[in-house]
Amino acid sequence: MSVRPLPNLIPDSKLKLPKQAERTLSSGLTVIAIRRPAVPLVEVRLRVPFGRAPLARATLLSQALFTGTARMSSIDIAAELQTVGGGLSAGLDPDRLLVTGNSLAAGLDRMLEILADVLSDPTYPAEEVATERDRLVDHIQVAQTQPAHLARTALLHRMYGRHPYAVQTPEAEQVRGVRPGQLRALHADRVRPDGAVLVLVGDLNPEKAIDSAEKALGGWIGPSRDGNVPPTPELEPGPLRLVDRPGAVQSSLRMALPAVTRTDPDYAALQLANMVFGGYFSSRWVENIREDKGYTYGPHSAIEHFVAGSALVVAAEVATEVTGPAMLETLYELGRIASLPPGEEELEQARRYSLGTLRLGMSTQAGLAGLASVFASFGLRLEHLVEHSAALASATREQVAEAAARYLAPSAAVTVVLGDAEKIEAPLSALTAVELAE
Amino acid sequence: MKIPATKYPVERFTLDNGLRVVLTPDRTAPVVGVAVVYDVGIRSEPEGRTGFAHLFEHLMFQGSENLEKLAHFRHVQGAGGSFNGSTHLDYTDYFEVLPSGALERALFLEADRMRGPRLTEENLRNQVDVVKEEIRVNVLNRPYGGFPWLRLPPVMFETFANAHDGYGSFGDLDHATVADAEEFFDKYYASGNAVLAVAGDFDVAEATVLIQRHFGDVQARSKPKLPDFAEPDIKGERRESYVDRLAPLPAVASGWRVPDPIGDFETYLPYVVLAEVLTDGDASRLVERLVQRDRTVTSVGGYIGFMGDEYQVRNPTAMLLQAHMPPGGDADKVLRAVDEELDRLVTGGLAPGELTRTQARMATHLLRDTDAVLGRALPMAVLEAQRGRPEMLNDLPRLVGEVTEAQILAAAATLRPERRSTIEVVPGANQ
Repeated sequence: MSVRPLPNLIPDSKLKLPKQAERTLSSGLTVIAIRRPAVPLVEVRLRVPFGRAPLARATLLSQALFTGTARMSSIDIAAELQTVGGGLSAGLDPDRLLVTGNSLAAGLDRMLEILADVLSDPTYPAEEVATERDRLVDHIQVAQTQPAHLARTALLHRMYGRHPYAVQTPEAEQVRGVRPGQLRALHADRVRPDGAVLVLVGDLNPEKAIDSAEKALGGWIGPSRDGNVPPTPELEPGPLRLVDRPGAVQSSLRMALPAVTRTDPDYAALQLANMVFGGYFSSRWVENIREDKGYTYGPHSAIEHFVAGSALVVAAEVATEVTGPAMLETLYELGRIASLPPGEEELEQARRYSLGTLRLGMSTQAGLAGLASVFASFGLRLEHLVEHSAALASATREQVAEAAARYLAPSAAVTVVLGDAEKIEAPLSALTAVELAE
Repeated sequence: MKIPATKYPVERFTLDNGLRVVLTPDRTAPVVGVAVVYDVGIRSEPEGRTGFAHLFEHLMFQGSENLEKLAHFRHVQGAGGSFNGSTHLDYTDYFEVLPSGALERALFLEADRMRGPRLTEENLRNQVDVVKEEIRVNVLNRPYGGFPWLRLPPVMFETFANAHDGYGSFGDLDHATVADAEEFFDKYYASGNAVLAVAGDFDVAEATVLIQRHFGDVQARSKPKLPDFAEPDIKGERRESYVDRLAPLPAVASGWRVPDPIGDFETYLPYVVLAEVLTDGDASRLVERLVQRDRTVTSVGGYIGFMGDEYQVRNPTAMLLQAHMPPGGDADKVLRAVDEELDRLVTGGLAPGELTRTQARMATHLLRDTDAVLGRALPMAVLEAQRGRPEMLNDLPRLVGEVTEAQILAAAATLRPERRSTIEVVPGANQ
């Protein structure tokens, strides 16, 4: 066999941020416009702070946001958007209401007008709301049969206890009771420009795009409401919580570990420690339980940031019969990264991956829009990419080892497993204390 | 609204060993996408070896001539990039997206496995286990697993090639051997049966030198003859149902055969537009009727090709409509309403603006996909492999925009109940 040398990498050029502009309107709405003209389109993200909103109402509001205004029916809204190649949809997370969409670049003004009408003059017609309510109830019912959803629900409950983040999906029964008048009231109270951030990215002139937004959204006014969520509680380690799913052919392993915010001095080192452990394919944990042992298909571990706190979440779906061994290897790899410094080469590999994915993430209109909108949730701007890149580039092996010892120690984890309890309780009990969830 | 187009440049050439190359440079972001497509997919796997094309895709990541197991992943990710592969009915793709300084490394990695993957018993058994977990995650352990892409083809089609389960049975996967894998590689993974596409931040002359350097000495092997998978349309409506023990609510999907996507693209394309007229958004015909007015379904979707890859599929394929229903939902009622709406379309025509707004939205989707370097490299590689026309990617928004009302109505008129195959999910959970 011939031996061919691996070609060298040409070092990355300096990180270049795209042309952008920002303005806060008198209503309190902040507009950020970023130019990436590669395709003749525009991406839109609107984030409205929604912390502590009543869950069932807020979830239905996000589903029913486009059901009608004084001037337009739900069908008019969809058709008018389509006419400019546009589409808008809304979603909810524990911190915000997020409107996401795009259109042909030439349709930006029209899309903003329609968005403004929806935001400032919604009607929530009874018929349409009833349809959306029934659909949401059905979606929740389906979600409750999805193992990933059930495992997530159990983990959030275990992590957050009585904190508002503990429950992120309403019960079907609660949704059934929501009336259109309550959506109108919630909208009037919370869908407000003050503190909201609109991000526009695409084939646009940033200043002119902000002018368009100012013109279209000038009539969207109203006071903001305090939506601050209290800081998340510290994780309290304890017995592994086992959730029974009789007959399951796989078990869903979930662990939560402490983490820090994006701007914490430890963050870059923690991110690198997580990479080496299980944060990407070429990590120890994935190579171990997938490529060596074949226990699982898509294990992953990632740091999740919410406004009131961050956490590191470890997740894998493994065959029922190897649930014990998979948990053993997971605990072993967490223990190893928390106890021994990473190797030089594996740290460099994780560093290059982390820096590279930042570039890939900002190479499309949609990627830039998502990034700018997420950053805005934490009071950050795209410039943060430059600072974070520098932090990733300079984090030392000692700092990474220290972060791993502090945050990735298996003794700090809270653990939930969803699976066939009859088959997996004994093997899990051999490794750690187990409590059955009610 | 005028439908804009992209003007991505396209350079094509063929190496002496038959490898076809497509280059589409764009210096607007410092990233590069590399795709290698092999002209073999699920339809070509041998009988008794269901799931083999996909299993083999996994084996292509398990080391090659100059690379140990795990090295491929580490070299891509250690260069700041991401990778994946996927198996379709008519092709298998492998791809990376990386910072542009890693282009040569990606070419080296793809060339190395084109020369020969390391096919060992240990890696084979390991990846059989991984694939089984993939099937458990995506099919066996979740509601609506494999609906409708694994469930409808055996109702619609007769031949093994078109009808079998592309994920494969555990029995077939367990029986796969290293010899099977060697044979599959020899037959289908020839350089002449592959296309390399590179998109993004690079210089064409430099990239051409690098490609020649890394792929030039891949041994030439003859390209297999492409089988004809055609089979006659069904005679009379077909319907089947099955109990999904994890699904809480009923669902239904129907498929109708459509014209040859390659040989008869002009007649085929209107079906792609028709699927959007019927189901794209709240202003579309079936969403308005079934979701908003009748409330007989909670969601409805329409598309062509079982994997939604309408411009990357060969004959035979189908237009699919699928719907999820509320508790106690009645599939017959839904199908009757679909028939009524199709009749209304055929006899009453389109509403003013209905076609142009659908075309505008389709253009947005097409253009958005091409904004990512892999959104160009991958489809261009397949368009080259199947049609010899990678530049068609630039033309698609315009071609979609040129579809006429008469063509849409003619397409709708063929979606008759007697040509329809239907699969119904009977909920088995909470019953």
